[in-house]
Amino acid sequence: MASIPVPDISLGAIAPEITLALTAVVALMLEVFAEKKGRDHIAYISLVGVIVACFITFRLAGDPSWTTFSGLYVVDRFGQFFKLICLLGTGMTILVSVKYNKDEGIDNGEYYALLLFATSGMLFMVSGSDMITIFMGLEVMSISLYALAGYTRKRARSNEASVKYFILGSLSTAFLLYGIALIYGSTGSTQIDIIAKAVSSGSGVEAVLDLGIVMLMIGFAFKVSAVPFHMWTPDVYQGAPTPVTAFMSAGPKAAAFAAFFRVFNVAFPSLQADWWVIIWILAVATMTVGNVIALLQNDVKRMLAYSSIAHAGYILVGFVAGGALGSSAIMYYMLVYTFMNIGAFAIVTVVGRKGEEKTKFSDFTGLGYRYPLMAVALVIFLFSLAGIPPTAGFVGKFYIFMAALKHGYVYLAVIGVVNSVISIFYYLRLSVMMYMQDEPGEDLPPLVFAPSLIAVMIVAIYGSLWLGIMPAGYISFAQSAFLAL
Amino acid sequence: MGAVAVGIAGAMLMLSEFLGPKHFFREKMEPFECGENQIVSPKQRYSVRFYLIAMFFIIFDIEAVFLFPWAVIFQQLGMFGFIEMMIFILLLGVGLIYVWKKGALEWE
Amino acid sequence: MLTINHFLALSAILFVIGVVGVLTRRNVIVIMMCIELMLNAVNLTFISFAYYLGDMTGHVFVFMVMAVAAAEAAVGLAIVMALFRNRETVDVDRVSLLKH
Repeated sequence: MASIPVPDISLGAIAPEITLALTAVVALMLEVFAEKKGRDHIAYISLVGVIVACFITFRLAGDPSWTTFSGLYVVDRFGQFFKLICLLGTGMTILVSVKYNKDEGIDNGEYYALLLFATSGMLFMVSGSDMITIFMGLEVMSISLYALAGYTRKRARSNEASVKYFILGSLSTAFLLYGIALIYGSTGSTQIDIIAKAVSSGSGVEAVLDLGIVMLMIGFAFKVSAVPFHMWTPDVYQGAPTPVTAFMSAGPKAAAFAAFFRVFNVAFPSLQADWWVIIWILAVATMTVGNVIALLQNDVKRMLAYSSIAHAGYILVGFVAGGALGSSAIMYYMLVYTFMNIGAFAIVTVVGRKGEEKTKFSDFTGLGYRYPLMAVALVIFLFSLAGIPPTAGFVGKFYIFMAALKHGYVYLAVIGVVNSVISIFYYLRLSVMMYMQDEPGEDLPPLVFAPSLIAVMIVAIYGSLWLGIMPAGYISFAQSAFLAL
Repeated sequence: MGAVAVGIAGAMLMLSEFLGPKHFFREKMEPFECGENQIVSPKQRYSVRFYLIAMFFIIFDIEAVFLFPWAVIFQQLGMFGFIEMMIFILLLGVGLIYVWKKGALEWE
Repeated sequence: MLTINHFLALSAILFVIGVVGVLTRRNVIVIMMCIELMLNAVNLTFISFAYYLGDMTGHVFVFMVMAVAAAEAAVGLAIVMALFRNRETVDVDRVSLLKH
């Protein structure tokens, strides 16, 4: 019997993923074999794993793009950039979690293992050049997130969040998968560059292909929480433990956008004339609905959930614009967004105290006088989210709307700018709230700032300010990353 | 021809349904337990432990799906396939160790 | 004579039944069964296309989908168990703390 040749396998290409998965296994084993006391070391071991993965990713980013695993996996700067964003989100989340988890009594190894497994799924997803890799990465990420959303399992809200996330997430997975199946049927392949060839030569069955693309789009729209597929976002973000919410709003979203962008720009560029209209409508609806409903919220976590929907809308604007400009704008924006959003959630973790009972707007009154430094940090994050200069959020929005203008989507850019103006209201409302002199009737215990949380805040402030003042290096890196796609 | 056959068969089933005598009494309506009287009501709740076992079963059972194709072409795959599969099984083993140490396999 | 269209139609019908079930049923366990039905409808699509095209990729994909579906079902059951222990219900209509 003839032996089957071994396909080209380069374990070096997936070394970041392997590192993360192995660290997760170590975390699990420490959970069951180590002493019950003092669980902090599991968090720090996980952090080391993330940093090592970062270094490996950085080294791989220098090379020109190449594929391995018989075309299942591609190493290119586009993917490596998004991987760094995901790893950054995970690293910051681990630091936010340390104190929170101890307070809530969930400082287990499983928590960090799930975070790391989710991250390795994201990394596979952003580097997948075949639907199989993208799908497997997406599922590894999603299934870990379902469990993480319900991690405080004694808390009814957390349960509810995870049930809702599970049901709607699985539904969207099924849609995505059906889309992949139909595209496979009409083009005869699941590899995205072969799909591109079949699509541009017109050899596919058109009706099946179109239905498949629409299904695929629905699946991705769910994952990036674009309106009208955003229903799960507010509930899940509010119910999940705050560090998990911070995590979900950054890395998984970046990974989903990266895969969304890669699939549509590599596999279906010849149909761009057909699908940009749909993305255009999604972008406008997502921005507008997210911002308008955020105005009405009284819970900070829920407000940030709607704001994250609105930010998905801005990123979709960059998606419509496309090209090197649009893509580098998306990449820069996702990076900035990771810094400022996790920073904001880190402060919500502190103010929320034990059991997360203090996440209403009214719980933030007077914080500006009692904790001036923390209040200034939150104001920086909120201004950055709103896109007020000189923060990084402003530069990010500027590049996105410029990209839309350059490619002739004037109305889209105008709607985007109007939306950013609307968004200033609710971000400002929270900032003003903190500086209102309103002594609460009850005597609350003072807020506790753990060293790990201070570290996160410093990193986040650095990101939200420095990237705004000196954006050129990051932008040019992002642009070179797209050109290599 | 086929239509006639289906029609006749259907008509016979329908007629017996409409014309046949029907007697409902309590014993007849009970679930059938080998002709014996019912001991416990079938409507009781299952212990939550069954769900736990079901979860582990689903996970560990479905992994066999990858083992069968591997076993069929084991000879052709050579050493490479063997090592790959051992890594896979090792990872499953890690999962098993975790579940075991957590005490999820204890019935009581 | 059975053609690929019959299989595709069957899987489309199964998929739609699953979607309708997820949207209308109230019991989380039944919803999970409907999701499982949707995934299996997709598997059927993959297999019929793979047979029609004479290509192995579809088969490989089905294996992956089966493994993922199992993991999803296990996590889903765990979530439902946690829900039931807290709330004594598996009815999604009665799970609605998170409204603003």
